[in-house]
Amino acid sequence: MDIILPYIWAFLIGGLLCVIAQILIDKTKLTPARILVSYVVAGVILGGCGIYKYLIDFAGAGASTPLTGFGYLIAKGIREEVDKNGLIGVLTGGISAAAAGIAAALIFGLLAAICFRDKRKQ
Amino acid sequence: MGNIIQIPKPVYILSSATVVGQHEKKGPLGEYFDIVGDADDTFGCDTWEKSESEMQRLALSRALNYAVKKDSDLEAILAGDLLNQCAGSCYGLVNFDTPFLGLFGACSTAAEALLLSSLLCSSHMNRCAAVSSSHNASAERQFRYPLEYGGQRAPTAQWTVTGSGAFILSNKKEDFVNTSYNGSPVPVISDVCIGKSIDAGITDANNMGAAMAPAAADTLLRYFKESSSQPRDFDIIMTGDLGFEGSRILCDLTAAEGLDISAVHCDGGLIIYDRIGQDKHAGGSGCGCSAVVLAAQVLRGIRTGQVANILFIGTGALMNPTAIQQGASIPGIAHLVHISSDIL
Amino acid sequence: MQIDKKSYRKYADARAQKSPCAKNCINAFLYGGFICVIAQGLKDLYMTFLTEKDAATLVSVTLIFLAALLTGIGVFDRIAKHAGAGTLVPITGFSNAVASSALDAKGEGFVLGVGAKIFTIAGPVILYGITAGAIYGVIYYIITLII
Repeated sequence: MDIILPYIWAFLIGGLLCVIAQILIDKTKLTPARILVSYVVAGVILGGCGIYKYLIDFAGAGASTPLTGFGYLIAKGIREEVDKNGLIGVLTGGISAAAAGIAAALIFGLLAAICFRDKRKQ
Repeated sequence: MGNIIQIPKPVYILSSATVVGQHEKKGPLGEYFDIVGDADDTFGCDTWEKSESEMQRLALSRALNYAVKKDSDLEAILAGDLLNQCAGSCYGLVNFDTPFLGLFGACSTAAEALLLSSLLCSSHMNRCAAVSSSHNASAERQFRYPLEYGGQRAPTAQWTVTGSGAFILSNKKEDFVNTSYNGSPVPVISDVCIGKSIDAGITDANNMGAAMAPAAADTLLRYFKESSSQPRDFDIIMTGDLGFEGSRILCDLTAAEGLDISAVHCDGGLIIYDRIGQDKHAGGSGCGCSAVVLAAQVLRGIRTGQVANILFIGTGALMNPTAIQQGASIPGIAHLVHISSDIL
Repeated sequence: MQIDKKSYRKYADARAQKSPCAKNCINAFLYGGFICVIAQGLKDLYMTFLTEKDAATLVSVTLIFLAALLTGIGVFDRIAKHAGAGTLVPITGFSNAVASSALDAKGEGFVLGVGAKIFTIAGPVILYGITAGAIYGVIYYIITLII
């Protein structure tokens, strides 16, 4: 049971974060781009307040995979850099913490554009 | 008064040709389209804008074939599409040796081109071509999201038709002699009504039907107020691409003014696809939608003698992505062309 | 024709077909949850030979790669049509937004086409993520000075 439990929580919390976004899309006509931005900012705020850490400890990938987890990483990175280097950490911490995600998305995106072309809608 | 412009001498639709993509081929009218593209809808081109241009070239070439005419027999081409600067038409028709007029009327362009062509052919010219097109992929790129973007479409959203229609208009009856249409009833344009741009306050770019319906209602109301005819005098009153939402609203709006068109109304956006089976939400739309349905369904009906008197109302949502982002609402427009049948 | 914009908009909205929210939510829950379970599985796998922090990073990179690949071969949008927010909210949605923008702009060249448009959706996410982070950092710095 101890092996399966983290997976169940990851499924439930991850699924729930998606459901909240789905309701926002369907009911408020928020565009998906705005949802992504809101989720990252929400992650920064919740991460900054120290709340999101509990969710990560509890749900693992269920909390770190949604874009709120990306925001949490930014907040965490900035806090660590500020602790280490003072005010300059405000500028250096965020992008460093998010570097892998941003670089991977950009490079794989570019590779996709080199290797493939867009197809008509099915 | 003066809403209806009578065409002083008969202007015939000498020929028409349609080019469509795979989704349209699989729709209820699939077998009646003249040219169907490749499986990818690229028409052999490396960008979607070029594909759309190629569709216009194919459509006009085929229409000229059917009319047994050359490009130099035409005195003008009037053409438009949904792309910025009407790129689909400008590039697609550049190799025809004919004076060219580019038009923009959003999805009403087919009707706008027919309307202006018929006026030109009844006075200063003998033969004109009216061409319009839309391509689902180039329209998605320009107005919505990248094609591979993973989003969900709203139930009120319409599907831009991949299609192009070309019509050759002529005021000479003898032009039919060498064509395969000789001996059958032929379509003739008798009067037209220019639409007014009407802003009903719709800001939702996913509900174009609601933005266009008031313009269609306005044009129809002005037409029947001035005309001696009644809706029941027509076999079909065909709107271009109001879709499911817009069609219902149009019937409501006209009924509220005492004009019941529901018995003879049909909509290009609703009949081009099996809306539910093909998962096309509120139906088809685009410059190509009204053009290919007019040619493949209505004009075919006239030539085979099934229908003889029709009103074609090209509907357009004059939507500009920049204006939408700035919070503006979407004006609609609807041009009317009265087409009847003439026995040669 | 006279038309009152306010009442017409209300009328059009009221009769417009609504998104099937309940069905969409169930799909979003299942797809989103499934992606997170895969992420958890990958993390457990990677932790057999990496530290927890590196494993978490590699999980994100793996998901981003898969989403970009599925976008390239034209499959992502077909899944997302059903999954909705289920594929949008996980890091896969960010990757798809980047890759689809890049693919879309290919015809306009690799500098001002792909190079510029790749940031269409990634740009706002990075901009406001970093800005929100910086605001939090300043607040946090002031708090550390006080305490």
